Amino acid sequence: MDLSAINPILLIAAMIAAATPILLAAIGELVVERAGVLNLGVEGMMITGAVCGFIIAVNTGSPALGFIAAAVGGAVLSLLFAFLTQVALANQVASGLALTLFGLGLSALMGQSYVGIKPPRTEATPLGALADIPVIGPIVFGHDLLVYLGLAIVAGTWATLTFTRAGLVLRAVGENHDAAHALGYKVKRIRTAAIMFGGACAGLGGAYISLVRVPQWTEGMTAGVGWIALALVVFASWKPWRVLLGAYLFGGITQLQLNLQGAGVAIPVEYLAMSPYIVTIIVLVILSADKSRAPGSLGRTFHASS
Amino acid sequence: MIRLEARPQPSQVMAYATPVLAVVLTMIFGGVLFAILGKDPIQAILTIFWEPIFGEFSFFYRPQLLIKGAPLVLIAIGLALGFRAGIWNIGAEGQYIVGAICGAGAGLAFYPTESVFIFPIMVAAGALGGWAWAMIPGVLKVKFGTNEILVSLMLVYVAEQLLASMSLGLLKNPEGFGFPGSRNLQQYPSAHNAELIANTGMHWGVVAALIAVIFAYVLLTRHRLGFAIRVTGEAPRAAKFGGVNPARLILFCLGMSGLLAGLAGMFEVAGPSGQISIDFNVGYGFTAIIVAFLGRLNPIGIVFAGLLMALTYIGGDIAQSQLGLPASAIQVFQGMLLFFLLALDVLANYRVRFGRAEVA
Repeated sequence: MDLSAINPILLIAAMIAAATPILLAAIGELVVERAGVLNLGVEGMMITGAVCGFIIAVNTGSPALGFIAAAVGGAVLSLLFAFLTQVALANQVASGLALTLFGLGLSALMGQSYVGIKPPRTEATPLGALADIPVIGPIVFGHDLLVYLGLAIVAGTWATLTFTRAGLVLRAVGENHDAAHALGYKVKRIRTAAIMFGGACAGLGGAYISLVRVPQWTEGMTAGVGWIALALVVFASWKPWRVLLGAYLFGGITQLQLNLQGAGVAIPVEYLAMSPYIVTIIVLVILSADKSRAPGSLGRTFHASS
Repeated sequence: MIRLEARPQPSQVMAYATPVLAVVLTMIFGGVLFAILGKDPIQAILTIFWEPIFGEFSFFYRPQLLIKGAPLVLIAIGLALGFRAGIWNIGAEGQYIVGAICGAGAGLAFYPTESVFIFPIMVAAGALGGWAWAMIPGVLKVKFGTNEILVSLMLVYVAEQLLASMSLGLLKNPEGFGFPGSRNLQQYPSAHNAELIANTGMHWGVVAALIAVIFAYVLLTRHRLGFAIRVTGEAPRAAKFGGVNPARLILFCLGMSGLLAGLAGMFEVAGPSGQISIDFNVGYGFTAIIVAFLGRLNPIGIVFAGLLMALTYIGGDIAQSQLGLPASAIQVFQGMLLFFLLALDVLANYRVRFGRAEVA
């Protein structure tokens, strides 16, 4: 075992990158849940985003187009969920599971001829001299655009939910859809928009895994990150900034266990690989005592029966 | 203008019609999908649904129907109990793996002793393993209110790592020339879950599945506990006033579904699969979710749904070798089925009305 092989600065920089897919998926799901919808299909939307982004990036040679395609792919898939739960009034838990199962199959089908190909490289953001500052440079300024975009989405979500009329309406729909409907807000339209936003974010997160983190396409490569993102929303008590904190925590654990594997620690690889999932469970247990912050209409089907 | 009007009672006719309609729609859209993939859609559908039962080599495929159907039905029966009560165990895949590890481990512990007691001990160990794995989300939910969906799912990934660790370490075949995977239980007579009637696919897992179906049917229709499950799912508040203990119900439903999934894993590892290996699990635990819904969470319905899903697995394999249909196409096909099913459910619970709403 050689722990000195782990460079702390590179480790922290890698942790931030590792947190990005979880962060993107979780912030999208947070908006969906604040609108009162529980979409368990995050994993399916992420993997679909991952494969859409990969295919477009490989064919066009442009990672940026890939990420756009990933967001579109995730949003389009989420429309299926929106149709099931908002139009056909299906159970949200079952529909979310269906979306995940379908997404995993669809992505495997779409990506079968792309296994083993290397995608175009996603370059770091050219921040010039800033990235050359010792310690802070690589940690803060050495990342690609998506890392900063993730942070911007968190800040934007927080500002929108807290300060704007649109955010207030979204929260009203999530807290009490009957009251929001009585006030004349289009509950289904607002929820569909929220679901699509969640899908786009999950798609981006998935593409970050296939285009930057790994970077390659393999079946089922998101390996439960979507589910961890769902747990993260509960962990964050539906607050954007706490999603950020949680994502860095989980990203940190994922990266740390990878580095420990690489350093040849005496713990078997399989047990290290279990750790992010076990930590998720432990965190859920610790935080599940406080459910008071959950949106009032979360998971309930809305039907204007009057 | 199309409106939905809630039915006072879910329609009985639609409850039976929607699964059939969903299958038909899936065949149509599946055909479109196969056409997009450049295959002849009619031939593909026939290969999947006709070939395994009536085709030239059906004598070979028919037993597979029971072999693949039994674990699906076993797991789905357990899941349906919970789903009916609004308890969402979606980690059956993990419970299936742990059941298999425990069952195989118990058998291999006696190797090479031969005794009639070994197989029953393995069955008990498999059931216990699955039960214990499902009790983790159960106890956490009861004690701390932790979401059972997320915990049971996280435990699938933990179980997969455990499986890898077992097949590379503790249970690795000492005579396996260093290859991962345990000893083959098919070559260990006392532990082998052999066919009971040759060339039918009938093994102890099929028997267990049938017992589980009867047990679940009686429980749901004739027993107080089954009534408690149904009331809790349909009207949780009424159930509480009626004296249903939610904690006990959660532990029962999760424990039972874990136990059945564990059994399914154990019968699979001791029979058709034969050994613990890294890729031992093939997703039965997730497909069983579709089976449970397709069977309308009804034990008898689940038998038909399980056989149909087994058919798509077998037919998918044939289509893969004969038509070059990718393996994942059948996964999409199964996912599509669940979509149509959930979407069509609206017809059972609501009436579709055309025209403008009259002014009240």
